[in-house]
Amino acid sequence: MKTVFAAQGNIISSLGFTAEENFSAMEQGRTGIQKFTREDFLPFSFYASLVDDGKLNEKFSALNNKQNFTRLEKIFILSIADVIEESGLDIKAGNTLLIISTTKGNINLLEEENYGGFSEKRLLLSDMASEVARYFGMKNSPLVLSNACISGVLAIITAQRLIRSGQYENVIVSGGDLVSEFTLSGFNSFKALSDEPCKPYDAARKGITLGEGCGTLLLTSDENLLNNNDKKIIVAGGSVSNDANHISGPSRTGEELALAVTNATKEAQCGIAIDFISAHGTATAFNDEMESKAFSVAGLQNVPLNSMKGFFGHTLGAAGVIEAVVTLETMKRNVLLPSQGFQNSGVSEQLNIITQREKREVNTSLKTASGFGGCNAAVIFKSI
Amino acid sequence: MSICISTYCSIRNNQIKLNGEALLTKGVEVPFNEFIKSAYDLNASPYLKFFKMDDLCKLAFITSEFLLKNRKLSEQYGAENVSLLFANTSSSLDTDINYYNTVKDFASPSLFVYTLPNIMLGEISIRNKFKGENAFFVFEHFQADFLCNYATQLIQEQKAKTVVIGWVELLNENYEAFLCLAEETPDGTELTNENLNKYYNG
Repeated sequence: MKTVFAAQGNIISSLGFTAEENFSAMEQGRTGIQKFTREDFLPFSFYASLVDDGKLNEKFSALNNKQNFTRLEKIFILSIADVIEESGLDIKAGNTLLIISTTKGNINLLEEENYGGFSEKRLLLSDMASEVARYFGMKNSPLVLSNACISGVLAIITAQRLIRSGQYENVIVSGGDLVSEFTLSGFNSFKALSDEPCKPYDAARKGITLGEGCGTLLLTSDENLLNNNDKKIIVAGGSVSNDANHISGPSRTGEELALAVTNATKEAQCGIAIDFISAHGTATAFNDEMESKAFSVAGLQNVPLNSMKGFFGHTLGAAGVIEAVVTLETMKRNVLLPSQGFQNSGVSEQLNIITQREKREVNTSLKTASGFGGCNAAVIFKSI
Repeated sequence: MSICISTYCSIRNNQIKLNGEALLTKGVEVPFNEFIKSAYDLNASPYLKFFKMDDLCKLAFITSEFLLKNRKLSEQYGAENVSLLFANTSSSLDTDINYYNTVKDFASPSLFVYTLPNIMLGEISIRNKFKGENAFFVFEHFQADFLCNYATQLIQEQKAKTVVIGWVELLNENYEAFLCLAEETPDGTELTNENLNKYYNG
């Protein structure tokens, strides 16, 4: 069994175009969530975290590319290009796989006349992923994962398994999704959108704020790709479970998320010795309540925990990867970030929610996610 | 004991086949909704949630009902040891388009919830009380090698005792479903790329 290292990461969001820019903004307590009035999206004003189009197009045109890409493909390409450049990975030489994690891909093309000038096929997630992989001249066909809001965490777990068993040497995991009329109207139809920036775990939480962006993370069995100055961090364990309860509501007991967490900690052989939890924390009444029960069942109620949705909004298929990249930065810098938007606990079980930036040794972290379809995922990062 | 395909079921061209044997055949002119309703009636086990499902979930659900008839996997292996590994070409695009057509008038929450392909896994998990590993991948075509390797790894690493492998595709009345059960058993066909492809094509 090969050891799987977490190497370089990138985040593209409303807060910046690199992991560094995003982490610095979060450290300064800046949120990427703003109020927007866009009648092409919703008939009323809404809060969201959107990638700036001016910056996006400026960065993309610097690549001097002639081909026409969709908005999401541009974000994917910029994010992956940053990770390849930072790591020095030769994607044409080694045995490298790209995993694309997304829930809705190019769904915004449905909203544009004539699919925005693209072929209808571009709505297919595999087609979108192939275009991105082709840009980089990758030999292997990309793997596409679409498993609701656990997609990003599941993509990291899948990558770990494919590397550990020796099927690939390097896997670039890239998760991306856009805010669109499609997603906004959908969450609005569920009455799940908050009319103010979301407040995960807070007593006054009113629901989700959507966000868009991309997170990319290089996982590898090749230690030479790691930055020498950084902590060496491995993907030590991962697990997935299903509630088998309801397609759009979480478990009543949290036992199934707890099952995924416990299986992941068993594989990582860390027990409950965890320094930090990057939880899902969507700020819906039911999700946050379920998580508080799950962490309590798993015996992790005292571990410092945050939700990053108050910074990025819920970025759907990107969330797991973006939040994993911030988790890795948390470990490398030994800085815990507060759970943006949280003031007073509004969940029934005790949680140790981080309320201010704190310097503290962080060597073992848990990242979790849960989503529609009753799915839960947990992954453990450990410094060695 | 080796990891085997113990049973398999397909629905395509308005025909249901279980382990290669035809259970129901309708003319190709019969529309999907009518066909899948007769399949539901044949299954003879009432499940009212079926009528709320979108077409993709109906297709996946009915195929799983025939595949898993007479089996109680959750009792046999433990709910947390039953895993679902599914894939298709079009994700949930058929329902995505149907949902988006409602947005200008009254965005339909009951359609929106089906605009994710892994809802199929949720529906099958609820019906059968499966709580194990579940994952949904998107491929241009059926990828026997990936599905075979992933299922084998899940069982070998003791993350699952049995894996339901599924390919369930539906877009604009074109549909196809193929499900099989992988488990360690003395009597079955070994889970290999070749055998998985053979059953998928058969």
